Amino acid sequence: MIRELHEKLKNGNVTALALAESYLARIAERDGDIGAYLTVLGDEARREAILVDEKISRGEAIGLLEGIPGAVKDNMCMRGTRTTAGSKILDNYTAPYDATVIDRLRKAGAVVLGKTNMDEFAMGSSTESSAYKLTKNPIDTDRVPGGSSGGSAAAIADNMAVFALGSDTGGSIRQPASFCGVVGLKPTYGRVSRYGLIAMASSLDQIGPLTTTVEDAAIVLSEIYGYDPMDVTTAESEGKRFEDFLTGDIRGLTIGIPKEYLSENLDERIRKVFSESVERFRALGAEIKEISLPHSKYALPVYYIIMPSEVSSNLARLDGIRYGMSANDQSERFAGSDTLLETYLDTRSYGFGDEVKRRIMLGTYTLSAGYYDAYYKKAQAVRALIRHDFADAFQEVDLIFSPTSPEGAFRFGAKSDDPISMYLSDIYTVTANLAGIPAISFPMGTMEEAGKALPLGGQLMGKWFDEETLLRAADAFEKAVVGDTE
Amino acid sequence: MTMLTTEEVKHIALLARIGLTEVETEKYRKDLSGVLDFFNELEELDLSKERIGNGIPVKENDTREDRVAEFGSLGREDILKNVPAQKDGAVKVKSVF
Repeated sequence: MIRELHEKLKNGNVTALALAESYLARIAERDGDIGAYLTVLGDEARREAILVDEKISRGEAIGLLEGIPGAVKDNMCMRGTRTTAGSKILDNYTAPYDATVIDRLRKAGAVVLGKTNMDEFAMGSSTESSAYKLTKNPIDTDRVPGGSSGGSAAAIADNMAVFALGSDTGGSIRQPASFCGVVGLKPTYGRVSRYGLIAMASSLDQIGPLTTTVEDAAIVLSEIYGYDPMDVTTAESEGKRFEDFLTGDIRGLTIGIPKEYLSENLDERIRKVFSESVERFRALGAEIKEISLPHSKYALPVYYIIMPSEVSSNLARLDGIRYGMSANDQSERFAGSDTLLETYLDTRSYGFGDEVKRRIMLGTYTLSAGYYDAYYKKAQAVRALIRHDFADAFQEVDLIFSPTSPEGAFRFGAKSDDPISMYLSDIYTVTANLAGIPAISFPMGTMEEAGKALPLGGQLMGKWFDEETLLRAADAFEKAVVGDTE
Repeated sequence: MTMLTTEEVKHIALLARIGLTEVETEKYRKDLSGVLDFFNELEELDLSKERIGNGIPVKENDTREDRVAEFGSLGREDILKNVPAQKDGAVKVKSVF
């Protein structure tokens, strides 16, 4: 889609301003029903678009992402713009600097339409924990869009942006992409800078694109990745353009199917779509091989120890002193907060939502004296075993294929009262974050439920820093599906 | 299910700097106990003989020279705009005791 729009901009068939206006009009018309955006940046978007048009009219060459309208999850800082991370505690926060990804988007000339809704501090799988509003799944508005990047996924599914950025700590890009029928890419840990991303769990967080096609995801990644002195975990850029690797040819690739991922409990409708997708990869010339990831069953408990531990540390900065909501603000509401300790207690009690408090306390517990060895230290050791599982598997195969999620989009409220059942929906996605490998969710089919065809995502996982092969295989799959329906 | 005691939950909440009412304390006591139960699965693993370490080559520490750098074009005003309480261009806090 980006390439077609780029050609139109270049050839003068459409102006960047007209393109931005058409998306802003779509947002004005649709977002009252969907709720994908928390902030729409109409004036800024128009200004950025006009700059691109001026460049085109001067006869200058433009890049692939130049003038293309996109959206950004509201946990990425954008200078002078309200940045809430979906939390009341940052209701009045104006970011004083740009995240590196925003800086890269600006340099690429992309037009940012607005900031998208999300679970509070990216903690959730349905976007229902946003302190601001619900985001509806455009496929069926009685259902959640997934989460935590639910606003970004819904914006893409409902044509309210060409591309969107999300963040993925345990599946927060891939699961909403699956629920909304779009493409979502979590790059290798260290591929994209996290500077200016409001941290959830620093050893797991990674920013990536949500788009309608695999090629678009590759193009966005090409613009945002690379070394950043502000994030020492980032790797060298190597000057790659990921869209150049999409040959449509996957003959000779070996794709592994982890036997541990296809338990008897898997929904038969998902199993059927998944089996058909395996056959599609085979028909495209890939060799299919059953593999074992023996420590898979420990991934969720390990994730739900490591992630809250890091959360409890990262969110300690929200203390009502330097920014955000504060019981130190001399307002009536906090009249009883007389000491520094009361300022902390009252600010955090009032400012954080239920799930955030739960995870902060859980992480505080697992890191506390007497429990650290039993929980955190043990979880880190098992995390290493999970990485070894993948390193071993990648001796035999180039990619690993599974469903993205054990379910299609569920109804609002279906899991609100049961944290564990919400956590279980991350079962196929958390391993990629624990291992640090790249993974992509792309539409593989649909399942019938209550008269609706709910989208199902297929997930490919790749070797560390081998997004090329990952994107090439997902793109080949997508082209074959398009070929079938034409 | 192993249940945390009310006192334990209150202690965790204080460490986490989150104020809780009695009703909330009871709710989180149940929630947190349920999640901790979910971790028991790890107990069956004997890690004494397992391979540990990362399993993959990891980037070495990336250090830089320790020197004062201008923080972009970011000004004092931009930062102070977000500060809830301030006095004479400094962040104001309540007394510690």
